[in-house]
Amino acid sequence: MIESQHPQGEPADGVTLMPQSIETFYEVMRRQGITRRSFLKYCSLTAAALGLGPTFAPRIAHAMETKERTPVIWVHGLECTCCSESFIRSAHPLVKDVVLSMISLDYDDTLMAAAGHQAEAALEETIQKYKGKYILAVEGNPPLNEDGMFCIVGGKPFLDQLKHAAKDAAAVIAWGSCASWGCVQAARPNPTQAVPIHKVITDKPIIKVPGCPPIAEVMTGVITYMLTFGRLPELDRQGRPKMFYSQRIHDKCYRRPHFDAGQFVEQWDDESARKGYCLYKVGCKGPTTYNACSTVRWNEGTSFPIQAGHGCIGCSEDGFWDKGSFYDRLTNIPQFGIEKNADEIGMAVAGGVGAAVAAHAAVSAVKRAQHKGDQE
Amino acid sequence: METIKKRKQTAVYVYEAPLRLWHWVTVLSVIVLCVTGYFIGSPLPTMPGEAIDNYLMGYIRFAHFTAGYIAAIGFLGRIYWAFAGNSHARELFMPKLFSRKWWGEVWHEVRWYLFLEKTPKKYIGHNPLGQMAMFFFFVLGMIFMIITGFALYSEGLGQGSWADTMFGWVIPMMGQSQDVHTWHHLGMWYLIIFIMLHVYVAIREDIMSRQSLISTMVGGWRMFKDDRPD
Ligand code: HEM
Ligand code: HEM
Ligand code: SF4
Repeated sequence: MIESQHPQGEPADGVTLMPQSIETFYEVMRRQGITRRSFLKYCSLTAAALGLGPTFAPRIAHAMETKERTPVIWVHGLECTCCSESFIRSAHPLVKDVVLSMISLDYDDTLMAAAGHQAEAALEETIQKYKGKYILAVEGNPPLNEDGMFCIVGGKPFLDQLKHAAKDAAAVIAWGSCASWGCVQAARPNPTQAVPIHKVITDKPIIKVPGCPPIAEVMTGVITYMLTFGRLPELDRQGRPKMFYSQRIHDKCYRRPHFDAGQFVEQWDDESARKGYCLYKVGCKGPTTYNACSTVRWNEGTSFPIQAGHGCIGCSEDGFWDKGSFYDRLTNIPQFGIEKNADEIGMAVAGGVGAAVAAHAAVSAVKRAQHKGDQE
Repeated sequence: METIKKRKQTAVYVYEAPLRLWHWVTVLSVIVLCVTGYFIGSPLPTMPGEAIDNYLMGYIRFAHFTAGYIAAIGFLGRIYWAFAGNSHARELFMPKLFSRKWWGEVWHEVRWYLFLEKTPKKYIGHNPLGQMAMFFFFVLGMIFMIITGFALYSEGLGQGSWADTMFGWVIPMMGQSQDVHTWHHLGMWYLIIFIMLHVYVAIREDIMSRQSLISTMVGGWRMFKDDRPD
């Protein structure tokens, strides 16, 4: 992550001016030139995104007006920065300008202005100052092979930085599929032994926000929820916030009526594709993917992959790189040397058994004819 | 089995009515499950017309889930019957894996299928090889299909539903939803192999062994074709 040392033009004042007594979120917003009207709009939008209903908007506003902003340390391991890219494209303008400063990204080696030793000092300072209070947001994951040498941050393995920063964190957010599941760098054969962060951080609550990248509104929604309510969002069995990950793409897909009707795109250029039929047969992973794409959508709610005519590739699911082609409905089972799907394996074995049965029946018939009368 | 004296009888009542009814209900529902399951994995060609006039995939899935419920409830009923029914009702669940004699008879049965034995033994209940196949292919296979099936079903019912509470844990255990689909799909082929062997052997033994089979599963009575000892 040497590239992360580049200073960027983003306002990240949390780093340079660390205020004596911490401001409230609202104060930060006003300082950023956000009008009250715009602020309230943000609150109701967030309440809606979190599925909380309109009565919660004033509660969010109240919390933001009275609560001290929460320090966030955002570290980067093996990753492609698509999570950050997604985050700064959040639909509401407040996010880019405010949520970043609101959560006071006290350390984010990609977005902050500081670099080099100065940056590492900022990290250390935040850890010391807000011991046990800050949120650690992790983008990417640590490789374990060769003592973590495949990812060096500030001259030391990222693995060490991660463990160090996690030690005094109040909670940890795993941004994206990398931190949550491992993603592409952990795909077979995983030469660097990259692992999801829960394999390394075992004593802190971890909120997984998978996706490659996760949806911007989901990311800011999770953070805003934690800041306003001062607690973790409700998580599912695998540690994902229920409000965004409790349903599959398929459950809310607008092409679902075509699925139920049995109307499928068979080939990319066929009539069904033009008519916008269901993409199941060309490998859509919507039926097995938990994410909010079909409801929240992307780029200010403009579209999402299925709306653009391409099946879901299941990027927020564990190990999605290792399930074979994105364009097959029945995925490969790599344990069988030459990759085959369940039907190919099943039919081959059933064919063998069928042939054996036929041969056995034939021999049985011959034997029986030879020994006619022996039995009685 | 052990009682040689009984062999003088030419007919014994083995499979009571509930068990026979269960067998044929299971046959029907498992066939429906295999056919509809296959078409869930590889759907039929696209339906013409408007979406509102069609519900093919919906009906196929509905049939699958209904048959799934019937097969699963039937299976629970069959477990109950292992306690309530006669001793033959217990054989399905209890291959005598720790009995030397039993393994000896499995071996005898294998030799009979390899045409190395001239005469098979007589059995009132299942023959040991059959019993083993029923246990490993059918009982274990069916339990696997019911657990993975309801895990997939829980995804539709949603988080917090009874199916999610009881079977939802299966999904992370197997990796993710797609893996459960794959395993559930493989499980179908496992059962299909059982059915192929089972039906073949039922017909073959009905003709070639010393006892009745198919009529036994219909009427309950085991008929022996000769009076000789085992
Ligand atoms: C003998 C038993 C069964 C067989 C052979 C069978 C077969 C199949 C097959 C081949 C699939 C397609 C998998 C794929 O490639 O996506 C499937 C899907 C499914 N099965 Fe079964 N199944 C059985 C029992 C059950 C049971 C007991 C249930 C519980 C209700 C069940 C519920 C489901 C569900 C929910 C799906 C997914 C449907 C979808 O994705 O739309 N199955 N089954
Ligand atoms: C038309 C096809 C079938 C025929 C003719 C048939 C016939 C039979 C017969 C004759 C028996 C008794 C065996 C004995 O006396 O030792 C039997 C038992 C059994 N069959 Fe089938 N069968 C068929 C299909 C199936 C299917 C599809 C399944 C399930 C997948 C199945 C599952 C069983 C089981 C579990 C038993 C053991 C019953 C018990 O001990 O409770 N059969 N079948
Ligand atoms: S396009 Fe994909 S998510 Fe949408 S209905 Fe079809 S299979 Fe489901």
